[in-house]
Amino acid sequence: MADAVFIADDVTKVYQTESVTVRALRGVDMTLYQGEMAVLLGPSGSGKSTLLNILGGLDTATSGSVLFRDLELTRCSERELTRYRRDHVGFVFQFYNLIPSLSAWENVALVTEIARHPMDPGEALEMVGLKDRQRHFPAELSGGEQQRVAIARAIAKRPEVLLCDEPTGALDSATGVKVLDALQRINGELGTTTAIITHNAAIQEMAHRVFTFHDGRIASQHVNERRLAASEVVW
Amino acid sequence: MSLAMLDRKVVRDLTRLWAQVLAIALVMACGVMTIVLAVGAYRSLDETRHTYYDRYRFGHVFATANRAPLSLGREISRIDGVASVGLRIVEPAVLDIPGMAVPASGIAISLPVTGEPPVNALYLRSGRLPRPDAPREIAVDERFAKAHGFHPGDSFAAVLGGHKLTLTITAIVLSPEYVYAIGPGDMVPDDRRFAVFWMPRKAMEGLFDMTGAFNDLSLILLRGASERRVVDAVDHLLEPYGGRGAYGRSEQISNAFLSSELTQLNAMARVIPPVFLFVSAFLVNMILSRLVALEREQIGLLKACGYSAAAIAWHYAKLVIAIALIGLAIGGSVGNWLGHGLTRLYADYFSFPFLIFRQSIDLYVMAAAVSVASAIAGAAKAIWTAVRLPPAVAMRPPAPARYRTVLGGRSGVPRLMSQLTTMALRQMVHRPLRTALTTLGVSFSVALLVTAMFSSDSIDVMIDTIFFRAERADARLTFGQEVAPEVIHDVARLPGVMRAETFRSVPVILRNAGTEKRVAITGIAPGTRLSQVLDLDGNPVAMPENGLLLTDRLARQLQARPGTLVSVELIAQGRRVVDVPVTAIVESYVGLSAHMDLAALDRLAGPGPRVSGAWIDVDASRLEALYDKVKALPALGAIALQNVSRDKFRQSIGENILTMMTVYIAIAVIVAFGVVYNSARIQLSERARELASLRVLGFTRAEVSHVLLTEMAIVALAAQPLGWLIGYAFSLSVIKGFASDLFRVPFVIYPSTYAIASLVVLAAAGVSALIVRRRVNRLDMIRVLKTRE
Repeated sequence: MADAVFIADDVTKVYQTESVTVRALRGVDMTLYQGEMAVLLGPSGSGKSTLLNILGGLDTATSGSVLFRDLELTRCSERELTRYRRDHVGFVFQFYNLIPSLSAWENVALVTEIARHPMDPGEALEMVGLKDRQRHFPAELSGGEQQRVAIARAIAKRPEVLLCDEPTGALDSATGVKVLDALQRINGELGTTTAIITHNAAIQEMAHRVFTFHDGRIASQHVNERRLAASEVVW
Repeated sequence: MSLAMLDRKVVRDLTRLWAQVLAIALVMACGVMTIVLAVGAYRSLDETRHTYYDRYRFGHVFATANRAPLSLGREISRIDGVASVGLRIVEPAVLDIPGMAVPASGIAISLPVTGEPPVNALYLRSGRLPRPDAPREIAVDERFAKAHGFHPGDSFAAVLGGHKLTLTITAIVLSPEYVYAIGPGDMVPDDRRFAVFWMPRKAMEGLFDMTGAFNDLSLILLRGASERRVVDAVDHLLEPYGGRGAYGRSEQISNAFLSSELTQLNAMARVIPPVFLFVSAFLVNMILSRLVALEREQIGLLKACGYSAAAIAWHYAKLVIAIALIGLAIGGSVGNWLGHGLTRLYADYFSFPFLIFRQSIDLYVMAAAVSVASAIAGAAKAIWTAVRLPPAVAMRPPAPARYRTVLGGRSGVPRLMSQLTTMALRQMVHRPLRTALTTLGVSFSVALLVTAMFSSDSIDVMIDTIFFRAERADARLTFGQEVAPEVIHDVARLPGVMRAETFRSVPVILRNAGTEKRVAITGIAPGTRLSQVLDLDGNPVAMPENGLLLTDRLARQLQARPGTLVSVELIAQGRRVVDVPVTAIVESYVGLSAHMDLAALDRLAGPGPRVSGAWIDVDASRLEALYDKVKALPALGAIALQNVSRDKFRQSIGENILTMMTVYIAIAVIVAFGVVYNSARIQLSERARELASLRVLGFTRAEVSHVLLTEMAIVALAAQPLGWLIGYAFSLSVIKGFASDLFRVPFVIYPSTYAIASLVVLAAAGVSALIVRRRVNRLDMIRVLKTRE
């Protein structure tokens, strides 16, 4: 069996406001392995985004432990988490979050400037099929293209993990397939451990493993015997 | 009664945006404050002056003569337009005050036999007026009495007409003629060294050999009378008696100083408030545009629910009006408070028996109207945008902003700047108007500081020029009347005198190109060192053998250039008129003056060599002995102590400047802070998503702040040279406003002034940067990324 990249052990997360206490995670155990593509399914509020944010160092667990290789994320300071995100994690979000004042190439270069072993921004854009659009600004790109720039930006630093929160949520199916194809190729070619959150059950066919969340817990998980190529996914 | 839902929203918006609201309100408050302060103080002073002049019968026309018979009074009163006539004896005096080594100067004015003067009445503060038959009783002006702690019953010694006497104070009074009382050679009032006092006519007649005669005249005119015609008639009547030319209130020293102060206040009220109102309008525009952008969907929803466009416009207008009202409340109350303070400060400077505060309601109505109007003007575009949005469009997100490359920056080409710097620069280019206005706003605060501080530089140069280069003598003695030049030997023998040089001063009226000016020509002998005439570059001028040297301002008023023949009327020499060529234009900061070679002046005025005073340099260790001697010197009319004048001037101006600087620095910091803080907050709001994305990508807080702070730093730095330039222009207009026939300030700004102004503003910008930096640190990455733009 491959090396474990993430080991989450009995992770809980409680959001406490003045009058409301929300238990977003109620004891989650999960291990993700090197090169694995995992899909996290579940209804809104089931805790999958919270877990992803904790894995990505955007948020911290209330209790339990999260290991990234030897690094105990739950014990990291704000500064260490920033370092961790910078060196190891690539993010893709539903709303792309590109910098509107930077061109596609520059959005990618934004990350390669601070990364330790980055690829060339052009190379990253080529991997997502946007080499010829690199001089365009976000406002001049379609939603699918913007999302692929976001993916290029996420992978250009050769991260060990790629965390995607509803990457196709704002896209139509034809465009979404292109984005999924980019993710799958990167997972295959670079061996980047990839976790994808989605509402779209069709996407699970692409994954090695599928986790289904319910009410802050992992309700079930299964391994796909046969993975579909992105182009075979339909919804 | 409960608030309508939209009004609740106004209240909550105000609470939520309190810091920005306060920043704008403070800038606006500065504008309101200057309106209330300057206009309020102007009105109070003007009203006080008007009432004082009116109630105490301040004269309209004034004249002096050598010695005219009292019987002339009847003819004078028959001049068309004359309401009442005051005939007096006015003579200089040297005073010897117990416990004060330095001699003081004074002016003695006769009180009519009837007691109360018909013109220039006295306000009796305490005691009783001197009895007509009591020769040693006097009434003294309040400021002098206060400076020495004198009360009715106290006495001091004085040399009057060559007699040393002990005078007893019976009354403390104020006169509309001496609201601003300035001693010989002084540039600001020195209450300890200058006294105006009134004594019975009988006593003065005896002391000055003026029985049945007068040498000073004041007239009150009927409403609508022609001052010009009365002046001509008086001149005609006084001519046989050595009349020195009548003049109106505008040339009366005390009134002229008061008027020039009022003019400055008026100028301040017109120039400064618009700056603040402009800046606050810009800030309102910035914050409201952002608010409308953020509330785009809410506006759509409100419209979809059936709210009219007008209701929505009114909703946002209310927010703006609320901000303006907060500014008005702060500015109005601070302005009112400072206005009282300023009026009182003026009352210290000028001598009024009472103060009338005019804080009429219309002033506040005007300030309110102006500030609300400027705020609404600033908000107009944002409100219009909100109103125009069709609901369906409003509920969709706005089209993404389009950016351009800066200076053709190409992808893939090796670059000099990091992507973070590129982001900052593109943002600036993307909103050029906002960047320009922000820069302008910050530069205004630099300009205000330069304007506040340059006067110290200018006055520094003025003191150096006047006291160290032009008037270099330690003291100036003025004799009671013109004497033969041999007096120099007596002067040189006075204790401690190391050098003595004489001069002659001849009162004249200069005429050219239809303008006439009443001045004195000072005759200076060649080789005079204690007083020098300086050319326009500040270098000493060698006195030409013939012709007149005119000061810059005088030459301009007379439209005279070197070579122009100016008509000179010799007032004290039988009003002879002679044409004299102008030979040079020279510099002078005090009064209007003309100079000539002493011998040439003697030839011009006759009857032979005469001097009217002397400049002396004194051994500082023997000052006391000199003072003692001078106080008992019969022939001495007045003594001007340049060293004491200089210190008094420095001290008095220094206090004023310190007060003014404190206020201006506070104001400039408010403007700088208001502009930088608000623009950074708006930036932060607009770019929260982008900045959070950077944090997610692994950029540190410092790196993320860098994006915002780079832009702020560029704006703040670019604002400096612009601020210096605007400050230069403001200062120049202030200098122009200052200039009067009495006083002119050189225009000098030291480099250090620019530097200090910049440092203060950059520090204020730095503090707001730190506050924004703290907000960047608290960015909620997850929430921002989960929401749609």
